[in-house]
Amino acid sequence: MKAVGYALALPVILLTTWWVASAESTNVFAPPLRTIAEAFGDVWFSGRFTRDVLPSLGRLAAGFAIALAAGMGVGFVVGRWKLARDLTAPILAFFRVLPAPVLIPVLLVAVGIGDTTKIVVIAAGAVWPILLSTADGVSAVDEVAQETAAAYRLPTRTRYALLLRAATPQISAGARQALGLSIILMVVSEMLMSTDGLGFTVVQFQRSFAIPQMWSGVLLIGIVGFILAKLFELVERRVLRWHRGHTGQGEQSW
Amino acid sequence: MVSDHALLQITGLHKSYRARERSVDVLTAIDLSVRDGEFATVVGTSGCGKTTLLKIVAGLVPATSGEVLFDGSPVTGPPPGLGVVFQEYGRSLFPWKTVRQNVELPLRRNGSSRAQRRGTVDEALDAVGLGKAADAYPWQLSGGMQQRVAIARAVAYRPRLLLMDEPFSAVDAQTRGDLEDLVAGLRRRFRMTVLFVTHDIDEAVYLGDRVIVLGASVSGVQADIPVTLPADRDQITTRSSADFGRLRAEVWAQVRRTPLEKA
Repeated sequence: MKAVGYALALPVILLTTWWVASAESTNVFAPPLRTIAEAFGDVWFSGRFTRDVLPSLGRLAAGFAIALAAGMGVGFVVGRWKLARDLTAPILAFFRVLPAPVLIPVLLVAVGIGDTTKIVVIAAGAVWPILLSTADGVSAVDEVAQETAAAYRLPTRTRYALLLRAATPQISAGARQALGLSIILMVVSEMLMSTDGLGFTVVQFQRSFAIPQMWSGVLLIGIVGFILAKLFELVERRVLRWHRGHTGQGEQSW
Repeated sequence: MVSDHALLQITGLHKSYRARERSVDVLTAIDLSVRDGEFATVVGTSGCGKTTLLKIVAGLVPATSGEVLFDGSPVTGPPPGLGVVFQEYGRSLFPWKTVRQNVELPLRRNGSSRAQRRGTVDEALDAVGLGKAADAYPWQLSGGMQQRVAIARAVAYRPRLLLMDEPFSAVDAQTRGDLEDLVAGLRRRFRMTVLFVTHDIDEAVYLGDRVIVLGASVSGVQADIPVTLPADRDQITTRSSADFGRLRAEVWAQVRRTPLEKA
């Protein structure tokens, strides 16, 4: 309870400061928070929610899901077999440092402006941390655990599942990074090539000098990111409960 | 209880590892057999290849040359009917699975029904005194209890041969005594054949029907000493008996002899 209080204290103070400091603002580009809050209600609790927020979230979910599946799949192969690791190491090192947004102009030409392009951009950027951390995790699974599985002649499928399960702490760390990247790429791809979505809307408001509305979009993206991070934490806490117990850390409070 | 049938037959086993251009011999000229129903203990100084021997028998490590026959068939990978208990119980149990799930995992293969498996698991957990901890996670248990889980997993598997690699090295002395008696009892109850590796000479004598002494630094089996103690053993009376003292002295002498002979 005390922790919750501390966690809320600073945001409340900052928002209050912003509210008070901006109350008399006549600067067009920094309108009073009050105005922004009103715009927030008008803009987002309307048709825009289904027209712009849901498509954004859908693309985010699709891109992240593809990154998760592909990253874990390829990461497993790379982590499990040394040959795969040796073969792919230079390629992985190259793509890992290649910023995903550079794909946007390429895909724009190749695939067009549809949802596919944005989903591909999100997936292409988010896949790397998941892939690399899965490979790390799988290659570091305890030898005794693997020998136990081999000696008891567990079926190959079961043994692979055990490897992945044992690597979940690392996979989860990669997925957390990937989630942050996904949100960035969702917004960027929508800003550059879209007819709907959160990123598109923010740019649209900016270009039409609807400054309070633009600010409300920025706030909403922040809130969406925060909620997604918290949801991720919730899932992670469940999936990794054994890991905290096993490594002797207590239940952490938020 | 012990039959003449050799369940495990090792002939001329040799193992060397390649390390930076030169090969290092770990085991040479090991001839050894374990009969059905026998409790054979293997002792030797550290670095004599006890654990390597066990891993070769388990089919986890290939031999460089020589033959290992398990129930008449050459071992090329982990053979069916083999149970293992490792020293590192914390790493051998799967921490995201409950005690029950850990014990049940190897049983899923053999086509038994869910209810049958449950019965087998419950029996094994009761046999090691963990009936009440079935739904706990391994990391919620003490080290000794975790090793009991690993033993229950082996027992539930009903192995033809149980391999134990220094299983009690990481627990305190009293727990160790309890676990030794537990294993001795389980072996009688489930008529198990056991190959038990340890560096503790007293433990080897206390548990074994036979103590096999591995020579330090590549000299094959140094000695094979039958343990002429009554089948029913007890931590206090057995360990203080004159026969026990004589046997442990004999094993000690054999373990000690090796480096002197080489020099």
